[in-house]
Amino acid sequence: MSDLPVTAEAAALARPSAAGNLFRHARYVLAGNPVTAFSFLLLLFLIACAAFGPSLVPYDPQVSNSLRTLQPPSAQHLFGTDQLGRDILSRVVVACRLDLGIAFFSVALVFAVGGLAGVAAGFFGGWTDRIVGRLADTIMAFPLFVLAMGVVAALGNTVTNIVIATAVVNFPLYARIARAEALVRRNAGYVQAARLTGNGELRILLSTILPNILPIMAVQMSLTMGYAILNAAGLSFIGLGVRPPTPEWGIMVAEGASFIVSGEWWVALFPGLALMLAVFCFNLLGDGLRDIVDPQRRT
Amino acid sequence: MSASPLLDVRELTVEFATRRGTVCAVERVDLSIAKGETLAVVGESGSGKSVTSYAVMRILDRAGRITGGSVTFSGMALQSLPEVEMRDLRGREISMIFQNPRAALNPIRQVGRQIEDVLLQHGQATRTDAKARAIAVLEAVRIARPEERYHAYPFQLSGGMCQRIVIALALACRPQLLIADEPTTGLDVTTQKSVMELVTELTRKRGMSTLLITHDLGLAASYCDRVVVMEKGRVVETAAAGAIFRAPSHPYTRRLMRATPRPGAGLRDLLPEGAAPFPAAPPTGAPLLKVEGLVKEYRREGGAGFMARLTGHAASQAPFRAVNGIGFEVRRGESVGLVGESGCGKSTTSMMVMRLLDSTAGHITFDGEDIGAIPAQRFAASPLRRRIQMVFQDPTDSLNPRHTAARAISDPIRRLGTLRGSALAARVEELATLVGLPLPLLDRFPHQLSGGQKARVGIARAIALNPDLVVLDEPTAALDVSVQAVVLNLLHELKLRLGMSYLFVSHDLNVVRLLCDRVIVMRAGRIVEEGPVETVLENPAADYTRELLAAIPHPPA
Repeated sequence: MSDLPVTAEAAALARPSAAGNLFRHARYVLAGNPVTAFSFLLLLFLIACAAFGPSLVPYDPQVSNSLRTLQPPSAQHLFGTDQLGRDILSRVVVACRLDLGIAFFSVALVFAVGGLAGVAAGFFGGWTDRIVGRLADTIMAFPLFVLAMGVVAALGNTVTNIVIATAVVNFPLYARIARAEALVRRNAGYVQAARLTGNGELRILLSTILPNILPIMAVQMSLTMGYAILNAAGLSFIGLGVRPPTPEWGIMVAEGASFIVSGEWWVALFPGLALMLAVFCFNLLGDGLRDIVDPQRRT
Repeated sequence: MSASPLLDVRELTVEFATRRGTVCAVERVDLSIAKGETLAVVGESGSGKSVTSYAVMRILDRAGRITGGSVTFSGMALQSLPEVEMRDLRGREISMIFQNPRAALNPIRQVGRQIEDVLLQHGQATRTDAKARAIAVLEAVRIARPEERYHAYPFQLSGGMCQRIVIALALACRPQLLIADEPTTGLDVTTQKSVMELVTELTRKRGMSTLLITHDLGLAASYCDRVVVMEKGRVVETAAAGAIFRAPSHPYTRRLMRATPRPGAGLRDLLPEGAAPFPAAPPTGAPLLKVEGLVKEYRREGGAGFMARLTGHAASQAPFRAVNGIGFEVRRGESVGLVGESGCGKSTTSMMVMRLLDSTAGHITFDGEDIGAIPAQRFAASPLRRRIQMVFQDPTDSLNPRHTAARAISDPIRRLGTLRGSALAARVEELATLVGLPLPLLDRFPHQLSGGQKARVGIARAIALNPDLVVLDEPTAALDVSVQAVVLNLLHELKLRLGMSYLFVSHDLNVVRLLCDRVIVMRAGRIVEEGPVETVLENPAADYTRELLAAIPHPPA
């Protein structure tokens, strides 16, 4: 119980609208948390790379040049060149779109499917809960990366299937979080009130419960994005999913790994760094988002 | 008062750093407690009464800071004591009990062990005699069968018993000062009485001093020697308990006393300025709601373990009857109070009447139709839905945090009504005016509204469709007394104007007296007494009603 004389009125005077309110709040959190601000900048940078990278890079990422193989970083090739003489900088930047794309679509897919299934399980209980719960348990019973490998191997070696595989392994996480949050809210006063005002159960689920757990799910999305990128890169690393010569961080690290012993460290290092940076960015972002949506911090 | 008080707080100022600058929660507060004295700090939420006690204990949260004044406890300056010494003082010299006893206990540790922990921590017992000492402590707080209860976990004990355990923990080391922060809020009146009597008796016996923080003037008057009244972080009045109620000197104290429901005061008497008296209530009409033989059973989950089910014993165990065959009537234009302590089945009854919960047996007839036969799941689609509405207990919990006030009020009309567009907006504004909610507040979200404003939104939503019956589930339990006075008046006004019937569920007999025509007293799923409110409250027939009435603390009139 707050015993402070900070009345709601006083607080509300400074907050004209919902959107302005969220913006103000985000700015406050960012000001107090430079790490999150940094991760936001990093995200903007990554998005810019994904959007404009292919038209900005100095070299064609797919064209090999046998005269310039395995050159160390120089003014001409900032990240050096690989065993086929391709510019690593160009490849790293161009790969951004594919890696972020895979991660984004797989997270969006699992958010829609897993989130809805979880909310329904928590809200309706009974058989819905049992089916969703056992499905999640079954998926959890596998080593997740091995399961993802199996899915890609079974469905075929395409980018779409990497998206599906990554979504499948994340399903239990989303379903469980959504279920737990829906369970808490199932008998909240405002849900009962919605029943009284004539809302059917399905409408309550979609228009009352779901919007209230979206912020929590959004945090989870950011945290899972990093994992999804790693997963996609990992699958490519072992030869599933994206195929060479398509530039992709996982393949590039895999290709470069064999050159590390012979001293050509840059071939594996730069795509690895890019991968690390992206995962790092999404994890930091998730922490920051959690602070932004956490009502406890909205004083 | 003795020359040197046990606790002496001088010009205490506590500030909180918030994002909108520094907020002064407590400003130059003076109070002192003599040895053996019981002092009450009374105030509404936001008055700084809890913050003051936290500052004394030095357990303010991170944003809070003591920026001025001194706290002297038996000669020691607490505000500058090193943290190590402060830690030793807490629990041994100054103990604290909190509002929610269950939250204050470790849920996975036997209560006896928890008492032992405290005794050992402060060197009050050795490993060998800890158990005996803990049982003695349990005995002191009048826990029946202490040897058995020693092994109980908090969830196995009732709220009142948990609070006794917390008191036992607080008193285990024989502290000189006990700070009790709303120790009985959330407990039933009869439990409140026994807990408060225990506290006062123990403090008297041990020569302890007690600082009681409460919003309840009646409680302060009944159990304390002196009363400090706080408003907005300042002390406005300090006086002996008897004197302050006989002759309150500060206008705020007078306002607070006026707003407290008490015998002999009508609804209008609670408001600060003399409002116009209510028009005479029209005579009540034909029966609107008729409940007959209503039963709600719950299966006992805990008792039937795996082995019991295996051996077939589960079937033999009778289900728990939360509501055990009750029947009553609500007439048109009538207010009926449904009163009882927690667990008596009054909320279950109201949920069944509201059709949010299916009954096990019995009939609920509303305006000639047996609504009890319609499953709760499908009642949302029934044309009767719009005629039975509800005001919830917790105004915060019952408003969707993502909907504005206007959206909340318009929701029933959108779903069950016919108004749309500008007509809907006009109706929402009309409703807001009716419940006294300023129109600019309609665009705000629940967290931007005060408790009283949220209560108004909840009431506006309930009356949006001109229902015939409104179930009020302790609509003022979460509100300050002054807000409660306004909301109760509003509810009565609306009833007279719109001709609704109320089923008023409450544990507070004083509030029921103000608002209801008839009252039904429930205990353990059954009705023990029923009748016109004056008759039941002035000349109760049942022992239980008498017990309930006697337990209510009253300020001396």
